[in-house]
Amino acid sequence: MTEVSSFLATGSVTGNTADSAGSAAMNFAGPAPAPTGTVLMPMAKAINAGLRQAMMDNAKVILMGEDIGPLGGVFRVTEGLQAEFGARRVLDTPLAESGIIGSAIGLAMRGYRSVCEIQFDGFIFPGFDQITSQLAKMTNRHEGQVQMPVVIRVPYGGHIGAVEHHQESPEAYFAHTPGLRLVSPSTPNDAYWMIQEAIASNDPVMFFEPKSRYWHKGDVDLSGSAAPLHASRVIRSGTDVTVLGHGAMITVLLQAAELAEAEGTSVEVIDLRSLSPIDYAPIVASVQKTGRLVVASEAPGFVSVSSEIAATVTEKAFYYLEAPVIRVTGFDAPFPPAKLETLYLPDADRILEAVDRAMAF
Amino acid sequence: MAETVETVQLLSADGVLHTEGRVAEFLPLIERLSESTLQRFYRDMVVIRRFDTEAANLQRQGQLGLWVPSMGQEAAQVGSAHAARDQDHLFPAYREHAVAMVRGVDVLSIIQLLRGTTHGGWNPKDSKNFHLYTLVIASQTLHATGYALGITLDNAYATGQPETDEAVMVYLGDGAMSQGDLNEALVFSASYQTPQVFFVQNNHWAISVPVSVQSRVPLYQRAAGFGIPGIQIDGNDVLASFAVTRENLDAARDGGGPRFIEALTYRIGAHTSSDDPTKYRTDAELQSWVARDPISRYETWLRSRGESPTFFSAVAEEAEDFAADIRARTHEIPNPSVDKMFDHVYSEHHAALAAQKEWLLSYEASMGAGS
Repeated sequence: MTEVSSFLATGSVTGNTADSAGSAAMNFAGPAPAPTGTVLMPMAKAINAGLRQAMMDNAKVILMGEDIGPLGGVFRVTEGLQAEFGARRVLDTPLAESGIIGSAIGLAMRGYRSVCEIQFDGFIFPGFDQITSQLAKMTNRHEGQVQMPVVIRVPYGGHIGAVEHHQESPEAYFAHTPGLRLVSPSTPNDAYWMIQEAIASNDPVMFFEPKSRYWHKGDVDLSGSAAPLHASRVIRSGTDVTVLGHGAMITVLLQAAELAEAEGTSVEVIDLRSLSPIDYAPIVASVQKTGRLVVASEAPGFVSVSSEIAATVTEKAFYYLEAPVIRVTGFDAPFPPAKLETLYLPDADRILEAVDRAMAF
Repeated sequence: MAETVETVQLLSADGVLHTEGRVAEFLPLIERLSESTLQRFYRDMVVIRRFDTEAANLQRQGQLGLWVPSMGQEAAQVGSAHAARDQDHLFPAYREHAVAMVRGVDVLSIIQLLRGTTHGGWNPKDSKNFHLYTLVIASQTLHATGYALGITLDNAYATGQPETDEAVMVYLGDGAMSQGDLNEALVFSASYQTPQVFFVQNNHWAISVPVSVQSRVPLYQRAAGFGIPGIQIDGNDVLASFAVTRENLDAARDGGGPRFIEALTYRIGAHTSSDDPTKYRTDAELQSWVARDPISRYETWLRSRGESPTFFSAVAEEAEDFAADIRARTHEIPNPSVDKMFDHVYSEHHAALAAQKEWLLSYEASMGAGS
């Protein structure tokens, strides 16, 4: 047998070999002072900054995934982190999603907090069994004696004109699974704070990143503080109709609200932020005010998070509703070839059509 | 897949210790064992077999929903379990009752699992790092690999101190060899050169499918394709199981990278109590393996080196007492509280689930009030 050395030991994938013989903890200088001020940055950079802060705050935070090292991930979200923290804290893994998640489970048993990058939404399914049958149930199986602080980052959604398996919204599969937490930021500021909160959670968190928003800039308040991870939030006030969604859909909802305003309809917009659990209090309060709800999502509508919200709001606010809760979603067809995606994905016009239907009751 | 010249066997099926040839490198590990350790191997095999029989009876009497027999695999399990050091982490599949007992698990916990009062049953931290049973085939191989990766990141191995250097052993069966997770675990462990041993109990049957359908080559030869040294042992030889596992675990903990052991053994009983092995395998095959029984050959060897008859009768008595205790305690297992359904789904408060629990409790209370 030829002597085989681990690329962890050789540090061959990074120019930073000084750390290669040391422990993961050696790439940890202790908590750094939190950065301050408000900085304009795109969401990808905000997540990068959040990951970096979490890695500085806690030596047990490590990143795992395909191409996340020298390349910085296919979306460059982890750019520069391996150079800064070394190959022992930013691990380029073999190309196997089940292997990534299953290993993260074992690492969590060892006390590590792994942040796993899934390269694209449609590539998560080779890891589905480890996520739903193992990761999600591990704390329950151990009756609380073992915790699973694992974050799974999933770039998801359409609007980027990509090939099959690269534009999907698979949230519902995971929202249906007890034991998982699901969140999705819509702004760089939320992305910066929510990734750190997800990493701090002792439960597994699926962190859905709206990839079409990666390159859009927004103010990140580095001196601010994190809003509760699972809180939904009213981001635009209105009186006639409530519309809600998450991730990239928020941009569409805000556009629709502006257009509706011009036509004399006052639209309230809620950013869901958390898909499991769902924070219903702001939603119900809004519906009690407006009497109408439109739920929007890029995912197929059949057995979806949108359907769940429609059913629950109907139960919780039935006597306040002036119209049935209307869903505006992707169609119950596979995500189409890219040249058809603008027909598949709900846009502002489709939101307005639903708003009009709600108003007509 | 019968034994070949490649198979490491220290103790022949008729209880004679080999002293020449390939086994010579392993003999010193056996010679260093104390008399009480050699006795312990026997005691553990006999007690766990009696436990297994008792549990099967309890299942037939309706006390358990299911039983997973381990009869015939005692030597592979007892030998390898004793080869592990206290600091090692062991990840089982679901038939490793003997390993559980050796690591200090109260095996009533296994009864509870199959009675339907828990999905787990013990805390690995209190059981010399014996992790929970995993029912999805080969899933645990990745958990073990991740844990071993953590050992490498912590530099908690390869310091030249076998008494403290850590390693991992993961148990799997011949059926698991076909699963993607096992193959991914082999890739990851080889890439990161994790300190771990893959211990395959090849009991020749994945429920009704023979190992010949899983693999066209001996299972231990698969490892070479991943860059992992593989070795095949007579899994019904407790001395070979101990010595080869000890050597390979220590090599892994010393920084030698992962190792792969295939232990040839046989599931004398059914896959589970739901299964009827007479439908798919011959009595001749079964009898050929009964003739290679792990306990009787070891007893023959112990007697040949002068072990007293009172030792064997004392072990037999202990096994009966053990079974009686299990039987009595099985009848006393309380049903789980409803807390078990809700309280640990999340480690942090979950309002929606808390509300569901509250609703169920009040619903049940309202039913009770009317009866």
